[in-house]
Amino acid sequence: MKKSIFTIENNERLTQDVYKMSLRGDTSDFKAPGQFVNIELEGLYLRRPISVCDLDGSNLTLIYKVVGKGTEQLSRMSRGKTLDLLTGLGNGYDTQKSGNTPLLIGGGVGVPPLYLLAKKLLAEGKTPTAILGFNTESDVFYENEFHALGMEVSITTVDGSRGTKGFVTDAMKNCEVYSYTYSCGPELMLKAVYRASVTEGQFSFEERMGCGFGACMGCSCETKYGYKRICKDGPVLEKGEIVW
Amino acid sequence: MVDTKITLSGLTLSNPVIPASGTFGYGAEFAELFDINILGSLSFKGTTLEPRFGNPTPRIAECESGMINSVGLQNPGLKAVCEHELPKLAEVFKKPVIANLSGFSIEEYIECAMAMDKQQNVGIIEVNVSCPNVHGGGMSFGVSPKAAAEVTRAVKAVTTKPVYIKLSPNVTDIVSIALACEEAGADGLSLINTLLAMRIDLKTKKPILANKMGGLSGGAIFPLAVRMVYQVYEAVKIPIIGMGGVSSAEDVIEIMLAGASAVQIGAANLKNPYACKEIIEDLPRVMEKYGINSLSEIIGGAHA
Repeated sequence: MKKSIFTIENNERLTQDVYKMSLRGDTSDFKAPGQFVNIELEGLYLRRPISVCDLDGSNLTLIYKVVGKGTEQLSRMSRGKTLDLLTGLGNGYDTQKSGNTPLLIGGGVGVPPLYLLAKKLLAEGKTPTAILGFNTESDVFYENEFHALGMEVSITTVDGSRGTKGFVTDAMKNCEVYSYTYSCGPELMLKAVYRASVTEGQFSFEERMGCGFGACMGCSCETKYGYKRICKDGPVLEKGEIVW
Repeated sequence: MVDTKITLSGLTLSNPVIPASGTFGYGAEFAELFDINILGSLSFKGTTLEPRFGNPTPRIAECESGMINSVGLQNPGLKAVCEHELPKLAEVFKKPVIANLSGFSIEEYIECAMAMDKQQNVGIIEVNVSCPNVHGGGMSFGVSPKAAAEVTRAVKAVTTKPVYIKLSPNVTDIVSIALACEEAGADGLSLINTLLAMRIDLKTKKPILANKMGGLSGGAIFPLAVRMVYQVYEAVKIPIIGMGGVSSAEDVIEIMLAGASAVQIGAANLKNPYACKEIIEDLPRVMEKYGINSLSEIIGGAHA
């Protein structure tokens, strides 16, 4: 963990309520895709945890959905503003276990951390494919960015306005063979993916946090191998340890 | 050169700043960031006899200038704390620590205190009396002078280490409970614990916390803490560790003027992991600003 000041380079709207923020600062403490930052905001007592979408040198990309006071405040910020961030939080995804053809499954704002994961897997010479699930066509973001990495991407929408109609698990039925499952998204989706997945895998969880760095026990969960803190021992849990 | 030293039941602390139990774990996360040996002492995560997972999540809610937690005393239990956590803590923190204990019966407090009495790096035993007494209809030990005194006597009987009772503010008269603990032999008092609070989510129209209610901490409760420390200081002769929303060097001095001999920092650590370090480093400047040469001389200074 590091605490440092980042400067906003850009903050743009991707869909009706999803924004992409690019920042510049000390990114030296990030070790794996799937880690997150915890952002101090004016007038709010607790920091806001947001997962990392992309890292490139000192550039950090965050994608967030406006759901409350904190993210609403973030959405109004513009270039040049500085933010106090705790960086390098959480364990992140382990790419060692992926095999050659891992499947990445994201839902809504669970999609962003899979982008950096895909980049890392590709850099390691693997061939990941992705299923990205949204509610409707106007909610879809980052499809082109995943394509631009040179990988196969399927989109699902609940109302069928784009891609496969239904849930990410409906698109999973068309996947012939994959070596490993990586997932991030709402808990109901994670649970469905957990059940539908035919391989081992890693799932990234969300929880209301106090500190975000393992001190307060605010976000603990039970696993098959004891209690874990989502913020410090997670947010990524192995399929084999999740109690479902 | 200002003097930040204070003494607490015979222990000399280089400064009065102590992270509060439950906001600093066993120090490891903070030791990654700075040398935690600058702290006066450290009150580690509350220990119970048996391992506890605690309450279901969500356990955290937020409010103006504070937060509400319903962690529910998650800890690995007495045996694991003594065998694993305390040796690890001793590697990163070389000074005497404060062992915060909780129990759901008098017997549990006794067992925990007996084990902590044998731990070399434990300087003070801090007894959390805010837990429900399972043999007393689930009422908290800390809300009755009689029950609080009973816990105090039981713990005092099994340890030679100084015993501080951590008082609950969720009472009608904190002074009567403080006096009962003093009379029962307490060496000192820690106050205040969190205040029972609740938030309701407008989207779900239900309480945010799975446990419905939790303990409020943070800047929001600081004036309450100052008032209660002030009232208790008037009534007792034993030292007080003041806490409750302390977030700055100015707050440290204010609560010491109310009567605290040392000060614990809680929720501020979760918002800013450097909070204790920044407060310690800022103390000399603030002391000079207000013409204070020695912190130990200002304890209770607000009283006539």
